[in-house]
Amino acid sequence: MAETHSLQDLRHQAAVAAKVFIQRDYTNGTLCQFQTKFPSELETKIDKQQFEETMRTLNNLYAEAEKLGSQSYVEGCLACLTAYTIFLCIETHYEKVLKKIAKYIQEQNDKVYAPRGLLLTDPLERGLRVIEITIFEDRSLTQ
Amino acid sequence: MKNCEYQQIDPRALSVSPLSAQSHTEKKEQRPRRKWEVFPGKNRFFCDGRLILSRHSGVLPLTLGLIVVTCGLFFAFDCPFLVKHLTVFIPVIGGALFVFVVISLLRTSFTDPGILPRATLDEAADLERQIDSSGSSTYRPPPRTKEILINQQMVKLKYCFTCKMFRPPRTSHCSLCDNCVERFDHHCPWVGNCVGKRNYRFFYSFIISLSFLTSFIFGCVIAHITLRSQAGKSLVQAIQESPASVVELVICFFSIWSILGLSGFHTYLVASNLTTNEDIKGSWSGKRGAEESGNPYSYNNIITNCCVTLCGPLPPSLIDRRGFVPPDEVVPAASTASEMELPHFSTKNDVNMCTQSTKDVLERMINSGSQTLCSPGPPKTTPLVQGLPSTAALSPEPPPSAGCSGPLGRRPTDSRCPLFSRSREKESLHSINPAFRLASPSPSVTRTAKTLGGAADVSFMPLQPGSVGDEAP
Repeated sequence: MAETHSLQDLRHQAAVAAKVFIQRDYTNGTLCQFQTKFPSELETKIDKQQFEETMRTLNNLYAEAEKLGSQSYVEGCLACLTAYTIFLCIETHYEKVLKKIAKYIQEQNDKVYAPRGLLLTDPLERGLRVIEITIFEDRSLTQ
Repeated sequence: MKNCEYQQIDPRALSVSPLSAQSHTEKKEQRPRRKWEVFPGKNRFFCDGRLILSRHSGVLPLTLGLIVVTCGLFFAFDCPFLVKHLTVFIPVIGGALFVFVVISLLRTSFTDPGILPRATLDEAADLERQIDSSGSSTYRPPPRTKEILINQQMVKLKYCFTCKMFRPPRTSHCSLCDNCVERFDHHCPWVGNCVGKRNYRFFYSFIISLSFLTSFIFGCVIAHITLRSQAGKSLVQAIQESPASVVELVICFFSIWSILGLSGFHTYLVASNLTTNEDIKGSWSGKRGAEESGNPYSYNNIITNCCVTLCGPLPPSLIDRRGFVPPDEVVPAASTASEMELPHFSTKNDVNMCTQSTKDVLERMINSGSQTLCSPGPPKTTPLVQGLPSTAALSPEPPPSAGCSGPLGRRPTDSRCPLFSRSREKESLHSINPAFRLASPSPSVTRTAKTLGGAADVSFMPLQPGSVGDEAP
């Protein structure tokens, strides 16, 4: 039977074993993309395919947010004509996609990462610099 | 490995600690604070964090004042005459331009230009570890730059000592605001803020609309005086009847040159997808002769460049001004006031790897009785670290203000370099500690951790080398 450890129980005793930081990938310019290289610290924790799938999806979502298409141009022109006051009323496309990303990360944490003792932090909380993966200590070894 | 299911909890809840050591610091922080209140940069916030301005707000009141006064005089003294003799559309157009100019100006001044939040302690420590491990084979001090390839062009990323991270491409550190700003253009004293990725389009629309406004007022005033002097009166008499017009003429005449020049310059920059910073430093021109092929960010098409810069998607603010500070969050590279609190924060073992390494140190002490790890003696990287100030002196870039033709000259390079080397020494002392590993701790350490429990943090705090609380102000 699988033991369910509440993370609240772990926090008293060095709950956070380590943190891994996935840095940005600037090979395509200033677009927000993260490196998909599998960090060695996660080798024992999670499947490489799974990790790369998560990274790829995140990269695609960020690319969608910054996509230069007719929608973004229309939004930009409309904003200019209304002296940018329109942003007080409606949400920009970028913000909508960021909400989607937050939901995706939450879902991945619930389904994939938390059961393995990992936690993905939304890069927006780190200024879109890094994806922080917190590795929690496996208490089962000590009990 | 046993299959354990961890219930995911909100990471913010993790940082609540039962330690009583924290209670006296919490007493004065009962009210949850918003992040803008603890923001480390030199900025001012209004409306509970909704509006942001640089602390060096320069001559923003003067800019606003000049615009309002000139337009006020125009509407009061010139418009009645012109409405009677020409058309009623003159004040309408003037009014629309005035409103547009003021809104653009306020938008430019009070919008976050694209400030990058400073790296958290964990991130900074991780970067330290990577830099030290990659450059430790030779004696040469780590250059603190990273070369990457962008569109087949070599671009150097510099390490920002204040923000503790490698600056993304096109990002620059404004020494006036003490922030790293994305796609940094320049710090404009006239709008009292930096001009960067998020407010460049507002700035551009401000200067373009201001050009139109000043030209319009100039033209109207000329027309006014001409019409008056045509009606049988001399020029001097016409001026005497409407002295305000002269004031407007003078103001507009002098501003037109600079504003039109600035508009032209920025139109060129927009068309070639350059920033003032890059243009002044000559980052891309002269490398291969033709500017277009030198700039890796340009789309080599004027229309596309314009669309991308002005109508592209507007990224949201990354500094989350109105978010609440988590109760025990360690504020990275903050002002001196919050630095004092850092030693208390570092007692929390939840999100602090320092504690983990302390436990490793403890284990080694128990096992080997070694003195080297415990003594606060200078590590062998000290000579390397002290070589840093020379590179540190070069990396913080003074913001060019030529784009605004303001009186603001170039600021001297960061004068905190000697202090940086001290803080660097302490951080490398921490990071070269072999116990500072990211891999899963060994079972022996885990046992040690179990026996020590929560009390370990408080009793072994002095072992933490200097702790990052000794950060340079």
